[in-house]
Amino acid sequence: MDAVKEPLFGKTLNELIQLTVDLGLPKYTARQMADWLYKKPIGSIAEMSNLSKKNRDLLAEKFGFGAIPPVKVQVSADGTKKYLFVTGNRQFIETAMIPDDDRTTVCVSSQVGCKMGCLFCMTAKQGFQGQLSAGEIVNQIHSIDEAASVSNIVYMGMGEPFDNLDEVLKSIEILTSDWGYGMSPRRITVSSIGIVPAMLRFLQESEAHLAISLHTPFDEQRKSLMPVQIAYPIREVVEEIKKWDFSGQRRVSFEYILFKGLNDSALHVKELGRLLNGIKCRINLIRFHPVPGTPLASPDEETILHFKNQLNEKGIFTTVRASRGQDIYAACGLLSTKEQNVGK
Amino acid sequence: MFVISWKRETDFNPGQVIKIAADPHEPPRIYSICSGNKEEELSVLFNVKPSGILTPKLAQMNPGDEIFVSSPYGSFACDETPAYWISTGTGVAPFYSMIRSGRFKNKKLLHGVSFANQFYFEDFLMEELGDQYIRCCSREKTGDFYHGRVTDYLLGLPELPKEDKYYLCGQALMVVEVRDLLIQKGVPYHQIFAEIFF
Repeated sequence: MDAVKEPLFGKTLNELIQLTVDLGLPKYTARQMADWLYKKPIGSIAEMSNLSKKNRDLLAEKFGFGAIPPVKVQVSADGTKKYLFVTGNRQFIETAMIPDDDRTTVCVSSQVGCKMGCLFCMTAKQGFQGQLSAGEIVNQIHSIDEAASVSNIVYMGMGEPFDNLDEVLKSIEILTSDWGYGMSPRRITVSSIGIVPAMLRFLQESEAHLAISLHTPFDEQRKSLMPVQIAYPIREVVEEIKKWDFSGQRRVSFEYILFKGLNDSALHVKELGRLLNGIKCRINLIRFHPVPGTPLASPDEETILHFKNQLNEKGIFTTVRASRGQDIYAACGLLSTKEQNVGK
Repeated sequence: MFVISWKRETDFNPGQVIKIAADPHEPPRIYSICSGNKEEELSVLFNVKPSGILTPKLAQMNPGDEIFVSSPYGSFACDETPAYWISTGTGVAPFYSMIRSGRFKNKKLLHGVSFANQFYFEDFLMEELGDQYIRCCSREKTGDFYHGRVTDYLLGLPELPKEDKYYLCGQALMVVEVRDLLIQKGVPYHQIFAEIFF
């Protein structure tokens, strides 16, 4: 983002309208600006050619455009790409682009680092360095090579989206509004470890899908994997979810990383059945990608398939997520910019 | 460092947290309770974050001013089994609450700070815990405490009891670093419990 001037990119239509009032511009300029910012491939205020030269100069005096290209891109053997972006605070974030047959999914970061301290996550090991603005979140989609073909967005990159909910909601507004990218909210999934108050606000104020990182149905075990369990136990999270209607287009899913000999037993299947009883949902099983210093391992393929089949037999629709981009550390749980941020 | 207190109107378990807001329209922040569970007042410990929304306001409050608080919640609780309590900065709060509630049998408290004046409640803790209270200070060259970070202190120990429990409270990075170090020294991860600030 512009190092000195406030960026226009990342402002909602209401914020742009307020800006026109503050600068004494015609109100309709707000929609024109939104159009240039989010629908057209330009990179400067000077290129907003249907605004008068005088108004462009006035805007450029106070604002920067704000969308910035990535500083680095790595390409996996499977076609997955990992993009590195610099934030306005000169910190680094990573974004993964995962191509599939007919889909292009972008996995965006919502924070620089993370405060949540999950045992199995690489991002946790860099601690928390800062929040991303809505513009910095949307820029991860807008400024990649595949921007025009993005079909799905998942907030599953670095950080806990519900610990930065204002900016996450703003970014979803930009992505889904007619004045923005016009995407369906059903193409967007926000994944959280389950911060209950923020989750309720998200469910109220957005129509995007919800994914909850579950990883074990047992209280004590989850505490040792995910410190958030102490403040917001998974049972409380699930009880709140049960109050919402997921029988229509909106989906809730539960992410479940399988750890060898820890959470892959028949007892876990049984308890998951109990916990999720009454919710129309899906469980996404995820292979664990080992991170340094973590005493956890992934079970073999046979165990993963058996676990999946047992859950499906219990009536819980369960899939196994394909591991993508592991060779460039773009796979689930591996994103980290610790070294770049330390060296900045 | 500041402590803000008000009349206790509810029971709580030492180690629990509450949400506080100075304005009901602003998002609340979460704080560990630092008072004893039989005391008349309920207290929290906080540092002022100049860029924060809440702490600058809390620091300027006077007796009689209004704040908005949730019921206590969370389950960062200890039993009587031997345990290490490892904290940095205001992360000492839940352990202080446990001690003031009389629940510190078989416990060893490590408190890490940057400067010696951040050893909050140090007189009380020294009196109650004696040599089970270990102060680690990373940025002062003199003083009768360990000179270095909590992680340095733990690294220097020849071994750590594998059967003990380890309770961590502080910033995320400290929690992750200490947890990795404990695991590296052979402590089973399921013996480690952490409360994070967020």
